[in-house]
Amino acid sequence: MLADKDRIFTNLYGIGDKSLAGARSRGAWDNTKALLALGRDKIIQEMKDSGLRGRGGAGFSTGLKWSFMPKTPDPARPSYLVINADESEPGTCKDREIMRNDPQTLIEGALIASFAMGAHASYIYVRGEFIAERIALQKAIDEAYEARLIGKDNIHGYPFDLYVHHGAGAYICGEETALIESLEGKKGMPRLKPPFPANVGLYGCPTTVNNVESIAVAPTILRRGASWFAGIGKPNNTGTKLFSISGHVNKPCNVEEAMSIPFRELIDRHCGGVRGGSDNLLAVIPGGSSVRLVPADQIIDCPMDFDSLVKLGSGLGTAAVIVMDKSTDIIRAIARISYFYKHESCGQCTPCREGTGWMWRVVTRMAEGRAHKREIDMLFDVSKQIEGHTICALGDAAAWPIQGLINHFRGEIEKRIDRYAANPHPDPVRVAAE
Amino acid sequence: MSVRRLAEEQPASFEFTPENKAWLEAQIAKYPDGRQASMVVPALWQAQKQNDYWLPQKAIEKVADTLGMPYIRVLEIATFYTMFNLEPVGKFYVQLCGTTPCMLRGSDELIAVLERRVGPQRHVTADGLFSWLEVECLGACCNAPMVQINDDYYEDLTAENFEKLLDDLAAGRPVKIGSQTGRVSSEPAGALTSLTSFYGDGAKAQAE
Repeated sequence: MLADKDRIFTNLYGIGDKSLAGARSRGAWDNTKALLALGRDKIIQEMKDSGLRGRGGAGFSTGLKWSFMPKTPDPARPSYLVINADESEPGTCKDREIMRNDPQTLIEGALIASFAMGAHASYIYVRGEFIAERIALQKAIDEAYEARLIGKDNIHGYPFDLYVHHGAGAYICGEETALIESLEGKKGMPRLKPPFPANVGLYGCPTTVNNVESIAVAPTILRRGASWFAGIGKPNNTGTKLFSISGHVNKPCNVEEAMSIPFRELIDRHCGGVRGGSDNLLAVIPGGSSVRLVPADQIIDCPMDFDSLVKLGSGLGTAAVIVMDKSTDIIRAIARISYFYKHESCGQCTPCREGTGWMWRVVTRMAEGRAHKREIDMLFDVSKQIEGHTICALGDAAAWPIQGLINHFRGEIEKRIDRYAANPHPDPVRVAAE
Repeated sequence: MSVRRLAEEQPASFEFTPENKAWLEAQIAKYPDGRQASMVVPALWQAQKQNDYWLPQKAIEKVADTLGMPYIRVLEIATFYTMFNLEPVGKFYVQLCGTTPCMLRGSDELIAVLERRVGPQRHVTADGLFSWLEVECLGACCNAPMVQINDDYYEDLTAENFEKLLDDLAAGRPVKIGSQTGRVSSEPAGALTSLTSFYGDGAKAQAE
C-alpha cells in the first residue's frame, strides 16, 4: 500500500485548507524557481525517466510528448499548453477533485510544463457541467496571480498566463483535436492527424494537450526526482495513480494508490470490498466505459496497470474502475454504455454516426432477448467495422464494450434470447432509426 | 448524435445586461487578437443563464453579432453542445445522470420519482418549478447516483433523500449542495483509508 508520504494529492478530499496558503503548507510552490532552473531539457529528461504515462487514458509517455514541441520560438506562432479537464469518461471523477480541492498542484504543474515546452500561455478546458469546479479553479488561479507566482511579471522570471475555458456538454471535446476545435469556437469535431497538435494545434500554433492529472503530478516528480516516481509500481507502469472506483462496492471512492496494485487489494482496502463479498463479483470495467469488461475470475488478482490489463484484452484507461456484482443485468449495463456513445458521437464519420446507433438498438433488443442468435455474430462483425475506421477513437470506444460483452457473456445473451423465444411477446419493434 | 431544434415560440428580442456585456468584453481579452470566436461557448452559456436557463434564437444571433461570426456558425454550436437548452425549462432544471455507473447505484429509482412528480422528460410542471432530462455521465461517479439541478450537483441520492430535496426546493427551503449523506467529497464513507496521517479518520470533517 502506498504510504501517505508518497501521496501527491494530499488534499484530494478537500478536508484540508483549499486556499493557496493551505497548499503551500503542504509543499506546493516550494522553491519552484529551482525546478525551472533545471532547464527545459533536464525537465523533459526527468519526466521521461520517471516513466509517467499520460493519465487521460491513452498512456503515452508525458515526457516524450513534451519533447515534440519546437525548440526555437517563432514569434508568429507561439506555443500553447492546453490542459484537458473535459473529464467525461463514464466512471471517471478524479480531475474534479484536483480542480476543486488541490488546484495549486495543477497551476504549478501548468507553469512548469509550459516552461518545458516554451509556452507562455496555457488554457484549461473544463467540462461545462463542472461549474463549481471552474469557479474554484479560477479562484485558485486568481490567488496565484496575486501572489505573483504566475502572470506576465512573476517571481519565477518566466512570463506565463493561465486561463480557464469551458465547454458545454460534449464528451467528444475530451479528444485532443476536438478540444482544440472547441477552444477555437467551433463544433467539437476531431481533426485528422497528421498534422499533430505539436506542429499545428490551437490557432494553427504548436500545442500540447495534457490531462489534468499528468500536469498536476509534474511538480512533485521534479521535486522528489524521477527515481522516486519510477520506484513505485512496476517497470513501464510507474508512479502513483488516482483510481475512481464506482458501482457495486460498499464504499465507492477516489483514491491515490500505487500503480499495479492488485484489484482485490484496491477494493478491499479502500472500498470496503465488493457488495456481498468477492464471490459476488460478476465483472469489472477497469478503465472507464471505453475499455472492454473483464470477468471476475480474471480481474480479481490482476495488477491494475496499463500492461497487465492490456493482456486481459482491456486497458487501464483513466483508471475508472466500474464494479458490477452478480445482481447486474450485464447486457443492459453495456446497452446503456452503447446509448452513451450513440448520444456523444459527433456525427462526422459515417461508421461511428450510424454504427453507434445501430449497435445500441441491437444490444438493447438483446437485453430483452428480442433477437436472433445469429445477430450476435453480426453485432460483433459490425463493431469490427466501426473499430479503426473513424477519425478519432470514439468509434473504437463504442465498439470495445460490445466486443467485451460478446467475448465474455455470449452465453448470457443466448440464454436471454432462448427465454424470450420460449415465451413470445406480441409487442412490435418500436425503436426506429432517427 | 442527438436531434435538436429551436423552440417554436421565440421571444422577439434579446439584449445582454450591462453587467454581462462588461463581462464579455473582459473575457474576450483572454484570447489572442482576432480569436474572439473562442468565446462563443462561454458567451452562449452566459446568455442562457441570463434568459432563465434557455437559449432563444435572438440570443444566438446576438452572440454572433457580438463576436463577428455568421449566424449559422453560432447556431450549429448551440445545437451541437447539449448543455444549451433550446426550449424553456423549469425554475429547477433537473439533469439526471443515467449512465452505467449511476444506473448500477440506482438511478432508475430517481427516474421513477421524477416521472411521478414532474412527468415525462422536457415537460415543465404547471407551476413552472420543475422540468427534467436524463443526461450522460456528469463525472461524479464515486457519489452515484446524482443529479445536477441548475448549476449545482446533488450526490449520494436515494429515492427518499431525493424526494426530500425536491420538496425543499419547491418550498424554497435551503438545501445542501453536494453529498446528501454527509460525505465531504468522494472519500470513502465513514473512516478514511488514506491520508490518515494528515486528517485522522476524517470523521470530524464529515460531521461538519
